Amino acid sequence: MSDVIDRPALAEEISAKSRLRIIDCDVHPSLHSRADLYPFLSKRWQEHLKTYGDHLRTPYIGTTPYPRSSPLIARRDAWPPTGGPPGSDLAFMRKQHLDPLDIEFGILQVLDLFIFSQQNLDFGAAIQRAVNEWQLANWCSREPRLKASILVGQDDTEAAIAEIQRCAKLGQYVQINVSPRANEPLGRHRYWPIYARCEELGLPLGIHVGGYGGHAPSGGGWPSYYAEEHQSNAGTMAATLTSFVIEGVPERFPKLKIVFIEGGFGWISSTMWRMDQHFERFRSEVPHLKRRPSEYVKEHFWFTTQPIDEPDEARHLRSLIEWVGIDRLLFSSDYPHWDFDDPRFAFKTPLTEAERAKIFNGNARALYKL
Amino acid sequence: MTRHIVARTSEIPPGGNKVVGIDGRDIVVFHVNGEYFALLNRCPHEGAPLDKAACVARLTSPEPGVYQRSRVGELLRCPWHGWEFDMRNGQSWFDPKRVKVRTYPVVIEDGETLAKGPYVAETFPVHVEDSYVVIEIGK
Repeated sequence: MSDVIDRPALAEEISAKSRLRIIDCDVHPSLHSRADLYPFLSKRWQEHLKTYGDHLRTPYIGTTPYPRSSPLIARRDAWPPTGGPPGSDLAFMRKQHLDPLDIEFGILQVLDLFIFSQQNLDFGAAIQRAVNEWQLANWCSREPRLKASILVGQDDTEAAIAEIQRCAKLGQYVQINVSPRANEPLGRHRYWPIYARCEELGLPLGIHVGGYGGHAPSGGGWPSYYAEEHQSNAGTMAATLTSFVIEGVPERFPKLKIVFIEGGFGWISSTMWRMDQHFERFRSEVPHLKRRPSEYVKEHFWFTTQPIDEPDEARHLRSLIEWVGIDRLLFSSDYPHWDFDDPRFAFKTPLTEAERAKIFNGNARALYKL
Repeated sequence: MTRHIVARTSEIPPGGNKVVGIDGRDIVVFHVNGEYFALLNRCPHEGAPLDKAACVARLTSPEPGVYQRSRVGELLRCPWHGWEFDMRNGQSWFDPKRVKVRTYPVVIEDGETLAKGPYVAETFPVHVEDSYVVIEIGK
């Protein structure tokens, strides 16, 4: 890998790069402080936020359950010179990320206050509305390259639907986001009313890793290290994909589009193969499925690429991409977090210009109707 | 080989660094434990700027429950993905033979010696009473 240091860019890469603008499907804006949300909260909930703070469905209160490898999970070079946390300063985001990497559009993913998993449901409803308004007021209206998602906590399905309806009328949002770690697996019927709205509105359902559904992040229980917890994201996403498919969500909602964000894509092919195998053997247990699970995955699901896998041999990465399918992948950087992928260097395997055009731009453009 | 005067020694505090541009390359000079080290300011992985790296100790564990810290401040932890590099030779901790950051020899010279040349210091006034960090660039 040391040859990477001085490896000259291939002519094909240079010509492609000079034309191809990037659509980054995972950009994290951040509050300067929680007071940023006050203009979008009633006095009643401002006071609550000040007095009680938030209360997530997790056994570790007041911190992230797994202390991250760097302060605020951020790249150490992403702290704005003007102060405030990484991702909180639009001018610096433009200077460090949007401009130099020629980001044509960035899809915002807000993690502040983790609205999906608020235990106090009324507070959760107030805070999700505030965060959704804050995205438009502080980001999208000031920077047209940035596109917001409607964040809703799916465990209060009624409030989630009301918020979806309110936001959808504004016509500004490109996606509806829920958490992969809810109280129940995401394929369960209790969440279907949300999926019905996504389908009706023609907005993709986005699912960004993380969250505190109250369950251990891994099937094996509560891990000891961040290195394990970060690894468990892929397992959670595999379980979520399986739940969607086997419970029959794509069968029931044939026009629903689902985007898995920040789960990477190395695990997808083996999950599809295993589901297909089970489908062939246990078809009578799940007669509501009309097709092989992999067919649903390849029609209904998209996957953002970060954190990209880095096998020792470049051809293995190439195989992972082909197994999932070029059409299913959306480039994402995760700016400004520490596990950021740089669009120029993250794919350590050759891609043709046509393939690059799809992964870095075309697939997202079509999906989000940009 | 060219030798470039890049800083007064007093200009880089212990634990600090300075980025200098030489022949189109950004080179970062670290000052740690009384020594100066120069490396290409670019992680070989995805290109992160190493001047923003954390300068950490080598932490090893010969057996569970036993931890040893050594060479405090001499290891760089990349500001993005946390890859660790030895400032002294640029070697990565996890694959020292194959993954490296380019390093450049550094010498400290006093102003009196430098005044005799031949050094590249067009933009850097040299005073005989100071000492300076000099980087050697091959080819």
